[in-house]
Parts: sequence; structure tokens; C-alpha cells
Amino acid sequence: MATTTATATTAPKYWGGGKSPFNVEYGKVMMWYFLMSDAFTFGAFLIAYGTTRFSANGWPNPNLVFKSYPFSGENSNAPLVFVSIMTFILIISSVTMVIAVQAGHAMDRPKVVRNLIWTIIGGLAFLSCQAWEWTHLRLDEHAWWGMNPFANSNGTVGHQDFTNFFFTITGFHGFHVFSGVIINIVMLIKTLRGDFDKRGHYLMIEKAGLYWHFVDLVWVFVFTCFYLI
Amino acid sequence: MSNEAVLHANVEGATAHDAHHDHGEHHEHHHHETFISKYVFSMDHKMIAKQFLITGMVWAILGGLMSVLFRLELGYPDTKFMFLQDILGKWWVQDGRITAQAYYALVTTHGTVLVFFVLTAGLSGTFANFLIPLQVGARDMASPFLNMLSYWFFFMASVVMLSSIFVETGPFSGGWTAYPPLSALRDASPGSGRGMDLWVIAMALFVVSSLLGGLNYIVTILNMRTKGMSMTRLPLTIWALFFTAVLGVLSFPVLLSGFILLIFDRNFGTSFYLSDIFVNGVGALPNEGGNAILFQHLFWFLGHPEVYIILLPAMGMVSEILSVNSRKPIFGYMAMVGSLFAIAILAFLVWAHHMFVTGLNPLLGSIFVLLTLLIAVPSAIKVFNWLTTLWRGNIRFTPAMMFAIGFVSLFISGGLTGIWLGNSALDIHLHDTMFVVAHFHIVMGVASMFGMFAGIYHWYPKMYGRYLNNTLGYIHFWVTMAGAYLIFWPMHYEGLAGMPRRYYSYSAWESFKQFGGLNQFISTVALIVFAVQILFLFNFFYSIWKGRKLTTQNPYGSNTLEWTTPIRPGHGNWTGEIPEVYRWAYDYAKDGREFIPQTTPVDPNETNH
Repeated sequence: MATTTATATTAPKYWGGGKSPFNVEYGKVMMWYFLMSDAFTFGAFLIAYGTTRFSANGWPNPNLVFKSYPFSGENSNAPLVFVSIMTFILIISSVTMVIAVQAGHAMDRPKVVRNLIWTIIGGLAFLSCQAWEWTHLRLDEHAWWGMNPFANSNGTVGHQDFTNFFFTITGFHGFHVFSGVIINIVMLIKTLRGDFDKRGHYLMIEKAGLYWHFVDLVWVFVFTCFYLI
Repeated sequence: MSNEAVLHANVEGATAHDAHHDHGEHHEHHHHETFISKYVFSMDHKMIAKQFLITGMVWAILGGLMSVLFRLELGYPDTKFMFLQDILGKWWVQDGRITAQAYYALVTTHGTVLVFFVLTAGLSGTFANFLIPLQVGARDMASPFLNMLSYWFFFMASVVMLSSIFVETGPFSGGWTAYPPLSALRDASPGSGRGMDLWVIAMALFVVSSLLGGLNYIVTILNMRTKGMSMTRLPLTIWALFFTAVLGVLSFPVLLSGFILLIFDRNFGTSFYLSDIFVNGVGALPNEGGNAILFQHLFWFLGHPEVYIILLPAMGMVSEILSVNSRKPIFGYMAMVGSLFAIAILAFLVWAHHMFVTGLNPLLGSIFVLLTLLIAVPSAIKVFNWLTTLWRGNIRFTPAMMFAIGFVSLFISGGLTGIWLGNSALDIHLHDTMFVVAHFHIVMGVASMFGMFAGIYHWYPKMYGRYLNNTLGYIHFWVTMAGAYLIFWPMHYEGLAGMPRRYYSYSAWESFKQFGGLNQFISTVALIVFAVQILFLFNFFYSIWKGRKLTTQNPYGSNTLEWTTPIRPGHGNWTGEIPEVYRWAYDYAKDGREFIPQTTPVDPNETNH
């Protein structure tokens, strides 16, 4: 009992040196700072988009632009249905990622593997949806960087930067999802090889999870800015 | 106690070891290194620091040479330099005069190289790498591998930037700020084509390098401090480098976004920054709806913190050097940390003061004036504390100390004109004049160079185990110091008279003809100052092999941890255990003792500081 009181008086010196003040290894702190940095990249993109849009005379109505889904034919009118499915898939992949991280804490390798595979499938499904959407816009609507066929909602000629921002920012996000899938595949291989069991902890999965959740979170903002507003 | 025993054992071991071969390494505690793993793809923070330093020095010479070339044009517009034409070729020099295109290319590359490659990578790359592990008491950076990548990304950026000088249409020539449309339209100017492609690739690589480095610096400072090294016991160098890294990690990504949009504008037909443009020979462009000012916002959101990325490491090192060489504790340690923090916060809130004349809303302008002038408060606190640290100190005028005092002088002189420029009303008259050139060269350029020189002179013995030559150091200091004022002071007058910057020739203006002689004077001094830097270069490289040997572990009687390592530390820095820290870094002239190293346990009879 005497030892507990002794530690109680000396223990709270988290910042005293000799150990991590957050009680985590450096990689996780680094990941958090990286995510902050990346948040500024996306933040700058979205603010650039916002300033351009608010200073514009008009902007296309997303409900009239994003209204198709695969095999829906020419005259489909299902505004935002497809992108909602995409979003749902990505959010579910975050759930499976959480389960994988949780299983990692419990050193439950089969469960980590199972959930990582689901996360990878979710990521790939999202990327496939995005690929379909881009192909549809490119081939059927003739929208691309430098080409905007969609009229503004007030009937004037569509603002040039509508498609420019859409493809740049969702593309940049898609690139992040793609990197996340690659990271998760590497994590899956390492888990299957038993690297983390040998190491005694699944912290790498946790860091990959941080990145994955961040990418999902960014999508929530991208989705809001491009599809909802 | 056991620490001290270990340390003393180290000194003897190290000196005995070093006496026989200069390039000796300490085999006793790490595996054998090949030439490649030791000097090229090194993961030792000390070697990476030297790589950053020497690459930065190469760039400093190239960038300085560029300024000499365009100063020749400004100072001697009527003189023919035929030998330059023979060396550089007709694209650069025609009829013995720097061509207009070359002039703009030189100004642009000089700015880019000095700001990013010398004073960002060369300064914080060198000293963050060198000092952070040594002063916080860590064996290396948190991730030596990412640290190595950080240097090699910088190296690649350097190669790409260098190659842009040799392309047929010349390097980018639209100013270091790379404003569109000059940077966004390939046909806008010769340098806007291939030269700008290479410029933007180099800068993207540079951003990656800076991110990898910055993350490492932050994490090392937070996570890897030795036992007892609480945040408030850190030397001010480390605090400054910490805020520098945070600024870099949070501001470079915004520049990256700006560059990505710029790349799309250049290559993929977008109009993020373009609207209503007519190009001679091409006609009206189809781009509509973009805004060139958007780029300026994104650029200066990096650009202003960048000023402090350059300045803060110099401030940190100067604080340390002033205290050590005054044999006095730094005055107002917490105020120093607080003012660094305040500067770091304000750095993000003042970017639009570079844009007062872009048609910014005057109300917004006045807010930015207020926030800009607020920076004077922490800056004044720092100056006050430096001066009070010197006050009645037992000053040792080493070359490092001279440069540190020179830094304070330059920071005051340049800072005062900052108060002028921070006013949006005055800025209507002063923007884009030589006044601005004078201001930022003194307060940011030369001052940070002085910080860098101070750091090099001070830590050179730790880097190479030998001293720099002091006599050459004093000559270097006095000529550079006098030269800096002689070059930039007159520019204030030119600027006040309305003489614009970035002009190739002023001969068409009757009103600026009066400055012909002054320009000649400035250019001549610039030439002399550049020559003295060559002297420094000689001193640097000569002393690596032939300099006076360091024979004691702690030559300055310094408190910080880097002087507890062996004279030539191997990879891992300390041969035994990492020492434990018991006190802050500034116990000088306390209780009748000249200095008390951080590793000395607190005596119960000691007075409180």
C-alpha cells in the first residue's frame, strides 16, 4: 500500500522526460501530426473550392448532375442514390477497421485478418464506385477537367470550375483511399505472416486504422461540399 | 553520479581513440559502416545534418552568385562584361549585359533557392537534425529512416531545381512567389514552360522533404527526451526548432494544395487561377471563372509562416549562444518560450499583409494590420531578453557570439521597418519597392544567415572535432556585418523614393537616375561581401581536415547535453547510458559557479533560480 502512495505522488510527471508524454510510441504521434498536416491540405482544397463557388454567379445543382447509377439507362433520375451507397460502403469499412484494431488489442489474429479483408473489400468497392462514376461523367456526360457540360442552377452557362474542383478534390481523396487500401493490404500480409504476434503488439494496425478513419472523415466533408450543398 | 562516471570514462576513451586517426569511428558500440552507409545513405542524424549543411552551402553560393550577377546589371547597366558572356553563353549575357530574360530568371531562382533551399533546408534541416537528438538526449531521431528520406527528397529537389537552370528556355522567371498567370500559362513567358515544370516538381519534392523532416523533429522532441528533460528544461534552440517544425507541417500542405491546382491549370485545361486572359500571339483564352488572388492566398498561407520557419531556428540558436557566451542565464526563459509560441500562432494569421494592394477589403486589411503589428510584441520581448542577457554579462566575443549579436542588431533594424510595411495605408506607397527588398533581406535573409553562421561557428567543434579559424571568422563577421548594412540600408531610400523592385532597367525613369551612383555602390559592396563568403567557405572546408583540434569535451563551458558526448560522437551519441538531466540549460554564474551542466544533480543547498 505504501508503494501506491509513493507512485501516486511521482507518476503524473508525463512531461518529465525519459518516456512519451502521451504514453504512445513515436509512430502514432507522427501519424497524428501527419493527419493534421493532411487535414490542412484538404482544408486548403475545400476552402479554395468554397471561395471560387461563393464568388461565382451560379453553380450547377448536384441533384441534377449526380443522378445515375450503373445500368440505370439514359433517363435515370435517382439523385444522390449512388453516392449515398458509396458513402455507406466507406463508413462500413471504417466499422470493420475498428473491429480489426480492437481484435489487434486482444491479439486475435484470425479476427484481425477477417476484418482487414472486409475493410480492403470496402475500400476497393468504394474505389470501383468512384471509377464507375468518373467513367459515366467522362463518357456519357462529357464532363472532365476543363469541360463542364452542366448548366448552372439558374440556367446560365455552367461554371468552368465545377468539374475542375470535383475531379481534382474527389480524385485527391480517391488517391488517399487507394493508398489506404495498399497500406491495409500490407498490414494484412504482415498479419498473416505473424509479424505482429512476434512483435507482441498490433500497433501498426492501429496506425493504419487512424489513417483509414481520417480518409473516411475527409470523405464526409468532400461528400457534403460536392453532393449536398 | 553514475552518469558522471560514465561520462568521464567516455572522454578518455574518445580522446585516446581519436589521437590516432582523424576519421575514427567508435566501433565499440555499433556495427561496421561502409562508405555508402556512413557518408551517403546515412541514418545518423549528425551525418544527415552535415549533408543538409553542405548541400545548403552549395545552394547559398549558387544563389549568392546569382544575386551578384543581377546586381552587376543593376549597378553597372552600361558596362560590358564580355567575360561573363564567354562563361555563361548568349542566353544569359548578350553584348556583355545580362539579358532581361536572364535577369528575371536570376531574381526568381535566387529567391526560391535562398528561401527554401538555403534558409529552410540548409538552416533548420542542418540544426534540427544536429541539435535535437544531442540536446534532448536521444540516440538519434525517432525515425532515422524517414530522416534519411527527408534529405534525399531534398537532394532530388535540388537536382531538379538545378537542372531547370540548364533548359533551353531558361528557369522559371516569374518571381519566387510563382503567381499565376505567369506561372500558370506556358506561353506567358519563356520561363513559364519547361522551367516552371521543373520548378514546381522541385518544390513538390521539397514539400515532401520538409514534411518528413518536420514530423521527425516534432516527434523526437515530444517523445524522445531523456529522463529529467522536461519541456521547460529544454534549451531554447529546441523550443525554436519545435515551433519551426510545427509551422512547416501545418503550412507546407497548403502550398501543396496550391501547387496541385496550379499543375492542373498548367496541364489539364482547368481555370482555378485563370479568368479573362489575353496572351500576345495566342489570343483570348477560354478560361473563365478562376481567380489569381486565390493562389496568392494559398501561397502566402505558407509564405508567411515560412518567414518564421526561417527565422525561429536562428532565434533559438542565438538565444543559446548569447547565454553561453555571456556566461549568464538567458533572461526570461518562459517569456522566450511564450513569445516563440505567440509568433508561431500569429504566423498563421497575418498572411494577407502581403496582399494589401490586391483589392483586399479594407476592413479585412485593417484586421490584418492589427494582427501583423501584434507580432511586434513577442518580437520586442525577445529583443529585450537578448539585450538583458547581454547586460553586464561576462561576454566572450567568439565569432559565434559576434554573429549572434549581429543577428540581434539586424533583427531590430529590419523589424522596425516591418512596422512600416505592416500598415496597409503605408503599404500602398511602399509595396513592391526596394523598401520591401531592404526590409525582408535584413530581417529575414541576412539575420537568419547570421543565425546560421553563429550556429556553424558555435557547433562546428561538435560537428567536426576541430575549430574554425577565428581570425578568418572575425574578418568574415565584420565584412559581412558592415556589408549587410551598406547593401540594404540605402535600398530603404530608393524604396521610399518609389523605386520599384524586380525591374530590369531603371534608365527610362528620370526620377531614379539619381540612384545610379548608389546602385553602383550597393553592387560593389555586394561583390565584396560575396567574396568574403568564399573566405568562409575556405575556412569551413580547410578546418574540417586542418583546423585546430578540439581537445576538451566541453570547450565553451556549456550546460547543454551535446557537450557531454565524446569529442567525436559515433552513431548513438553517448557511448554509455544516456545522461539524466536534473536542471534547466541555463545555470550560468550561479552560486559562485561559472556553469552547472544539466547533468549535475541539484544540490540541496543550491539557491533557486
